[in-house]
Amino acid sequence: MQLVTVSGPPSSGKTSVILKSIQALQSRKLKVGVVKFDCLYTDDDILYEKAGIPVKKGLSGSLCPDHYFVSNIEEVVQWGRKMELDVLVTESAGLCNRCSPYIKEVKAVCVIDNLSGINTPKKIGPMLKSADIVVITKGDIVSQAEREVFASKVHSVNPRSITMHINGLTGQGAYELSTLLHDGKENLDTVKGKQLRYPMPSALCSYCLGETRIGDDYQMGNVRKMEMGDGHEK
Amino acid sequence: MKNRHLLKESIEALLEKYPFLGAFFEDNKLEVEGSGHLTFPEFLQGFDREAVEENAMDLESLEEGLVTYVEQMLSFLGLDREEGVWELTILAGRDKSGNPEGFDEITIRRSDIVSIVGPTGSGKSRLLADIEWTADGDTPTGRRILINGETPDKKWRFSSGNRLVAQLSQNMNFVMDLTVREFLELHARSRMVEDEEAIIGKIIREANHLAGERFDPDTPVTSLSGGQSRALMIADTAILSTSPIVLIDEIENAGIDRKKALALLVGEEKIVLMATHDPSLALMADQRIVIRNGGIHKVLPTGDAEREILAELAEMDSYIADMRTRLRQGEKLSKA
Ligand SMILES: Nc1ncnc2c1ncn2[C@@H]1O[C@H](COP(=O)(O)OP(=O)(O)OP(=O)(O)O)[C@@H](O)[C@H]1O
Ligand SMILES: Nc1nc2c(ncn2[C@@H]2O[C@H](COP(=O)(O)OP(=O)(O)O)[C@@H](O)[C@H]2O)c(=O)[nH]1
Ligand SMILES: [Mg+2]
Ligand SMILES: [Mg+2]
Repeated sequence: MQLVTVSGPPSSGKTSVILKSIQALQSRKLKVGVVKFDCLYTDDDILYEKAGIPVKKGLSGSLCPDHYFVSNIEEVVQWGRKMELDVLVTESAGLCNRCSPYIKEVKAVCVIDNLSGINTPKKIGPMLKSADIVVITKGDIVSQAEREVFASKVHSVNPRSITMHINGLTGQGAYELSTLLHDGKENLDTVKGKQLRYPMPSALCSYCLGETRIGDDYQMGNVRKMEMGDGHEK
Repeated sequence: MKNRHLLKESIEALLEKYPFLGAFFEDNKLEVEGSGHLTFPEFLQGFDREAVEENAMDLESLEEGLVTYVEQMLSFLGLDREEGVWELTILAGRDKSGNPEGFDEITIRRSDIVSIVGPTGSGKSRLLADIEWTADGDTPTGRRILINGETPDKKWRFSSGNRLVAQLSQNMNFVMDLTVREFLELHARSRMVEDEEAIIGKIIREANHLAGERFDPDTPVTSLSGGQSRALMIADTAILSTSPIVLIDEIENAGIDRKKALALLVGEEKIVLMATHDPSLALMADQRIVIRNGGIHKVLPTGDAEREILAELAEMDSYIADMRTRLRQGEKLSKA
C-alpha cells in the first residue's frame, strides 16, 4: 500500500483534487481509500462515500487536529491494509498555517488556491514549505499572469517541490497528478518508527488543558505576551 | 545537488552574481541586510532555537532550497535566451472507444493558429491538457507530444508556472488588489525581464488597442470592464509570457477585437491552439482539428470559400454589435 498525505488551508480544493485524482487511479484498476481529519465538522466523508470510495473520518474536537493526526495515523494505516487498498489518502485541513502532518518518506501534497492572495505562500509554514508536491487550484478564475506570479511565490518558498496546476472542477491536471501518487514502488506496512518532517509547536498552557477563565491567575505553563507599548507611541 | 559550493560564498557575492536571490530571501522572510559578509549557512546559524521554532523555519531545507532555487532559475533564464521551441508535433493515440485516431501526426509551427472544434464532451479540452502535460503515451488518449521533433524533457511538466504553455483563462477576472501598472510590474519581475518600463508601456498600448474603451495605468485591475480585462490579459500573455505555446479554451469574445488579439499573439511568434464553438474563431485559424468521441477525426485547412464565409460572419458580428450599441444608447431599432 502507498500512503499519501494531503494537506492545505480550508476550502483550497483538497477534496475536489483528491476525488478527481482517485477517479484517475481507479481507471488504472487501483483500490483507493480516504481518511479525513478535521476539527469540528466535515461533510467530506459523504462526498467520498457517494463516489464509492471507502472512507473514515476523525474529528479532533478539543485537540489540535495535527496532534490528533499523529496519534492516530498508525491505526489509519492498519485500516487501509485491512481494506486491501493500493493507495491510502489522508486529507487534513491546515487550520493555523503552522503545522503539517507530513511524515518523512511518505508522499506529502499541499493544496493551495490562486485566490488566497499572493502573500499566502509567505504566510504558510512547513505545510507548504516541506511538501513534495504543491497543487495550485482555481487557476480558472484568475489570469495567466496571476497564476505565474503565484507559482513563482510558491517556488521561492519551496523550490524543491513539484508544482502542479489542477482545476478542481473539471479535473484538468488530476490525471497527471495521479501518475505521481502511485508509482508502484513504495510499499508501506506501518508508519511505526517513522518521524514527522517538522516538529509541532511546543505550546502547552492552561488553555490547552481546558481552562476557560481569563486573567493572569489562570495562565500557567508556556505563556507569552504581546508587546502593546504604553499607548503613547505614534 | 552539484552546486553546493554556493553555500561557501558570501551572501553579498551571491546577490551580486544572482540578483534574483533577492526574491528568495524576501519570500522566505530572511532579513539578510547587514549580513552580506556571511555565508548562507553562517547566516542561518544566527537563528537560535527559539527563533527557529517561532518562525517555523526548517534550516536544512532552506540551505538545499537556496541551491535548488539558483539551479532552476539559471536553467529557466538559459531557456529564455535559447528561444528553444519552434515546432510542436502531436502523434496519434486512440479515441474513447480505443480506436486509432484519424491521422498519424500533426506538426504546428510558430505563428500558426490551429482551432479545435467538436461537440461538447468530445475531448477538446483533453487535447489541450495533453499538450500542456507534453503527453508521452501516459494520458487516457495515448497521444504523444513532441517538441522540435523530440520527446521533451519531463522538466516542462513540473517547472514552476509551466514555462512551455500559457493558458488564457475562460473566466477572465482579476483578483489581485493592484493597479494595472503594479500588476504588470509584479508579473515582469516574476519573469525577470530586463527592460521593465518599456515592456509595461507596450502591454498597456496593445491592450488599449484591443479593447474598445481605453484605460490608464493607474486603474485598479479589479475595476476594469470585462473587455478591458480580457484585452490586458491577452496583451500580457502575448508580450510578457515567455511560454512559446498559448492555449485558449473558449475565449469569451465580448468587448475585444478578436482578430487583432490573434494577430498580436501570432506576431509575438506564439504557437496558438484554441478550442472553440464559435464559427468566426474556428475559421480565423489556418487549420482546424475536428474531434469526435475523444479522438482527432480529421484536420482541415481553412479553404478560400471558408475565408469568404468568415468575412460574412464578421459582417453579421458587426451588425449585432451595432444593434447592441444602439440598444444601450436607448434607441428604438428599425430594419435598415
Ligand atoms: N481519447 C480519450 N480517451 C478517453 N477519455 C477521453 C478521451 N478524450 C477525452 N476523454 C475524456 O472525455 C471527457 C470530456 O472531454 P473534454 O472535457 O475534453 O470535452 P470538451 O470537448 O472540451 O467539451 P466542452 O465543449 O463541453 O468543453 C474528459 O473527461 C476527457 O478526459
Ligand atoms: N473555480 C474553481 N473552484 C474550485 C476549484 N477547486 C475547488 N473548487 C471549489 O472550491 C470549494 C472548496 O473545495 P473543496 O474541495 O471542498 O476544498 P477543501 O476544503 O480544501 O477540501 C468547492 O466549492 C469547490 O467546488 C477550481 O479549480 N476552480
Ligand atoms: Mg475537504
Ligand atoms: Mg472543454
